[in-house]
Amino acid sequence: MSDSPGAAFPVTPTPSATPASEPSSSSWFAAILLAWLIPGAGHFLLKRPGRGALIGLSVTVMYLLGLMMRGALFSPQSGDLLTTVIYCGGFLGNLLSGILYFLTVWLGYAQADVAGHVHDYGTKFLVAAGLLNLLGMVDAFEIATRRKD
Amino acid sequence: MPKVNLSHFEASLLFALVTSVVLGIVTKRTDRERFRYAVYCFACFLGALFGLSWLMYLGHG
Repeated sequence: MSDSPGAAFPVTPTPSATPASEPSSSSWFAAILLAWLIPGAGHFLLKRPGRGALIGLSVTVMYLLGLMMRGALFSPQSGDLLTTVIYCGGFLGNLLSGILYFLTVWLGYAQADVAGHVHDYGTKFLVAAGLLNLLGMVDAFEIATRRKD
Repeated sequence: MPKVNLSHFEASLLFALVTSVVLGIVTKRTDRERFRYAVYCFACFLGALFGLSWLMYLGHG
């Protein structure tokens, strides 16, 4: 029965069609790199400008509020376990803000850690901005690998 | 760089607002779901904020 309708139209995809539909590793790497360096830019690269603008605005507002509250940037320190976790984790959180962090350091806006609840909130805002950018990077990765729209 | 002096409540409110926006964007798949989830997250933040504030106030005596 080789002349049945099913034989003429195979339902399984041909091997040549599968690799073309899969994203290349360079595309998602570029999206993640751009999303880290400029918050929201990964979404712009992936043609999601609305979401990119909102993520970029949110991260930037959080970061600027942290700076204006005179929050301190972490630098990696070693010592006991708690000190290492707090300072290295805080440094990573700051670093995740990408260009915002580098501009702050290069332009001399990094401030010393001082006592006070406003400064303390500022320090947390600076780290939280980096963590929000990390969420944006993960979202850009999922879009680039077509796990979500 | 201008300096801002925010109270605990104002800082927490701003944190909740910005975080809710990002959580809404990255979590759901449609714009309607994103908006609803962002509002839900913001409401949860506010609930935790007021709840913990009252807890600390009553616990402090």
